[in-house]
Order: sequence, then structure tokens, then C-alpha cells
Amino acid sequence: MNLFGIIEEIEKVDPEFNDRISPRRDAIKNMSSFGTKVALAAIPFALGDLFKKAYGAAASSDVIAVLNFALTLELLEATFYNDGLAASGLVKDTAYITYISNDENNHVKFLTSAITAAGGTPVTANDLAYVDFTAGGGKNNGPFADVFTNYQTFLAVAETFEDTGVRAYKGQAGNLLGNQTYLTAALAIHAVEARHASAIRYLRTSKYGASVTPWITSSATASNDTGISLVDANYGGATPENNTTQGGVNLLTLPSLEGSTTSVAVASAAFDEALTQAEVLAILVPAFVNTK
Amino acid sequence: MKTETELLNSNVNLARRSFLRYAGAGAAGVGLMAAASSCHKDHTVTPTAGAIDVGSGDPGILNYAYALEQLEAAFYTQVIATPYSGMPSVELTLLTDIRDHEVLHREFFKAALGTGAIQGLTPDFSKIDFSSRAAVLGAAKTFEDLGVTAYDGVGYLVQTPAYLLIAGKIVSVEARHASLIANLLGVSFVGSDQVDASTGLNATNKPSVVLAAANTYLKTKVSAKSFS
Repeated sequence: MNLFGIIEEIEKVDPEFNDRISPRRDAIKNMSSFGTKVALAAIPFALGDLFKKAYGAAASSDVIAVLNFALTLELLEATFYNDGLAASGLVKDTAYITYISNDENNHVKFLTSAITAAGGTPVTANDLAYVDFTAGGGKNNGPFADVFTNYQTFLAVAETFEDTGVRAYKGQAGNLLGNQTYLTAALAIHAVEARHASAIRYLRTSKYGASVTPWITSSATASNDTGISLVDANYGGATPENNTTQGGVNLLTLPSLEGSTTSVAVASAAFDEALTQAEVLAILVPAFVNTK
Repeated sequence: MKTETELLNSNVNLARRSFLRYAGAGAAGVGLMAAASSCHKDHTVTPTAGAIDVGSGDPGILNYAYALEQLEAAFYTQVIATPYSGMPSVELTLLTDIRDHEVLHREFFKAALGTGAIQGLTPDFSKIDFSSRAAVLGAAKTFEDLGVTAYDGVGYLVQTPAYLLIAGKIVSVEARHASLIANLLGVSFVGSDQVDASTGLNATNKPSVVLAAANTYLKTKVSAKSFS
């Protein structure tokens, strides 16, 4: 879920990491563009290769720990869909959900390959104290207690996970500034998470009577448009989803086809907002996951 | 510099200054706008005859985005002005939302770039049959997928963190649009032409690829020579 976070965390333990992996370094010079499918498929291996070159034969234990932290977040998302698909009779739109599940599992493979190639031991589900999609802190009786027996709850939780994943990626973009290899790959995952978020939202509304748009349409008083107050934090934060100022420009003062101003609904929906890593962790731990 | 910029009122210019200050580019901002000016002596990119070049550096990236948003906004404005026959109300609502997002993206870049903005572009939608649902949604898919691959393809070239963040805020909304359009076309939320099913990663494109496609819908051709 959070490739950007990896780099940020690595920088905390190794301030020179960005220099080590800068595209100007020889380590990167012979890497080809990531504009083709073939090159994209090579990213996990390229990433591992990069760590080897940046740190020698193996990355430090601190670096591996950071990578594993990010992998933990990805595991959470993939496990959610895997468990949902495994729950008998739960998922009604099997092809649709399976496609999303495949994407998330591929993202897990991406990080797992990178850690292995860097000489580390990737975290697995067995390393987690618990994963609790009811948000019950490991007791499986949280507010989403019927997440794997009630398809509507499952879709509501999926919607929030996807929206949150998009925000988590975005929040770390600056930490990969100028890095063709990792920023491009991370943006490619970010776009897929956004496609998922839109897809789940549209599914809920078009087939199951919800009234959410494929995009997050906030109001002046509420960022969370899902109708589920339990997940307000997922849409809030230091820069909440109903933010209407971008780069110092007050979007509400810009002209629209309706007149000389723009509505909060349009201004909030047209720009997705970011969450910091601390904000993401506060949402996930300990309600949904914790490590042993 | 350009007649379009004369339309900008003082509020927008204030907004532009705030934008630059926000980006932590106070001093750099002066150079930023100067570099984007076609009359600056250090301007290194000479536009080809009849084509508007987006320029170089961050202003070039922002103008590249501005060009694509102009195209998308013009397209959806036409879609809503002349709805395809039998457009269901739910589709009218969704496509109107997208139109409004794209118009705001366009107006945002115009305000943020101020006097550094490229001119308004004239679209050429003569190849699109706006009375046909399949034609309109097919073109919408092209534009949305193109937008996602365009933003993601130049992200690494952005030098200012605040601009990268803003691009990230917009590209995920374009991806949401792309997903919805794919759903309306009945091909689920994405095709394997956009997201590689073996990696789970979205495609990205260089400006040269994106503009070759975009220019088929533009009377005013656009180039991005410094990013090719």
C-alpha cells in the first residue's frame, strides 16, 4: 500500500539513502525506462538489484525492517480480498472482486521480491499478531463484525480501504521526487488503487443502493461522503478531503460552467487529498492490524 | 504576452503569487515564470511552426497538464451540451460531474500559471460522433486513460514537491474517471490495455506518445520538446 513510505522510513535510518538511489547514480544509469509492460514486469527485480547496489550485498536490518513494514500494509489489503473471496457465498461480483484481489496480491509480490532480492526476509501473514477486518483490535467483534458475512459491509470496508490507500500513496510522493524508477512505479500503483476505489464506489451505488459517487464528493462540513461515520478519520486529517484550496489558489473563486464560482462538491471531488504516514498508522493500528 | 492572460483579473494573479509562495518558490518563482515566457531571451525551446510548445522545467510540466485538461474540459463540455441520444439521467449526472472536474482542473492550471500559461487551445472533435453513446464513451476512455498515463509518465520530471503533490491529487481523480468510463462501457473498471494483469501496475506514457494521440483532437497542435 505504501511504497513511498518505504523510502521515507529508509531515509530516517539512512539520511544518505536518496543519494544512494538517485537516478544520477551509476546504479540507476543502466536501468531502462519503465514505460513498457516488459520493463514494468521487471521492477521488483530492478528494485532489489538497486538495493544491492546501494548497500552492497545486502541491505541493513533497519532497511529490511522498513520494507517489511510497508509490506505489512500491502498484506492487509490483499488479505482482505483473499478472505472475502474465500468466505462462502459472500462475494456476489466474483469476477470484479477477483480482478481487484489479483492487483493487490501483485503489489504484495512486488515488495516481497524487492526484499528478498535485497537479502532480507519478507514478512508474511504469520508474522502479524492479528489482522482484524472488523476493526476489533484482534477480537474480531469490532464495528464491522459482519464484514465477511454481509456483502454490503464487505464493500463498505473495501471502499474505505481503497480510498485510504490512494491517500497513503499520495502523502509520500515528495519523498520520491525526481526518482524515475520508484516514483514512476509508485504512481503506477497509486493509479490502480484509485481505479479500485472508483470501481467499488460505482458498484455499491449502481447495484446495491448506496449513494456515493465514484469520486469523493465532500461538503463544506463533512469530508466523509460514505455515510459511515466510523471512518471519518479516513477522510479527514491535516488536509481533509473537503479541502478547497490548492497551491494557494481558492478553487471556489474559479469560474465553472454554472457561473463565476465553483461549488465545494466539485472542488473537493476534483482533487483527492493525501494522508501522512502517521495518520495512516493511527487509522490501522491497533484496530485492524498489529505486529507480534 | 498572450491575449488570454489579459483576461486574468487581479484576484487570479494574487492566487498565482500565493501558489508560488506556497510552493516555497518565492525567488525561484520569478525564474519559473520567466522561463515559461515565450519572449524570454533564455527560452531554449523553439516551438515548431503552428505548434504550441509547453516549455521546459516545472512550468513546462504544468503547461503540459494544462493542455491536456483543456482538451478534456472541451470534450466533456461538448458531451453535455449535445448529449448522445437516450443518455440516461444517471449517465448525464456522472458525465456532468466529470465535466465540472475537468473544467476546474483547467481553470486551476490557468490561474496557477498566470502569465506563464500557454494559450487557449482549439479542439478538433470532428472525428467524434457526439450523438453516439459508443463513440462518446470510447473517446472518453481514450482521454481519461491518456490523462492517467500522461501524469504518471512525467511525475519523475517534476522538481517542486508541492507541484508533484498537486499532480498526484489530480491523477487519482482522472483514474477514478477512467474506471467509471470503463464501467459504463461494460468492460469492468479497467482493461488489460491499461493495467498489466501480471504486475498490477498502470501503464505510463511519455509526452511524445501522449501528445501524438492528443493532437489528433486538437486544431492547435501541442509539443513538449524538452520532455521527449
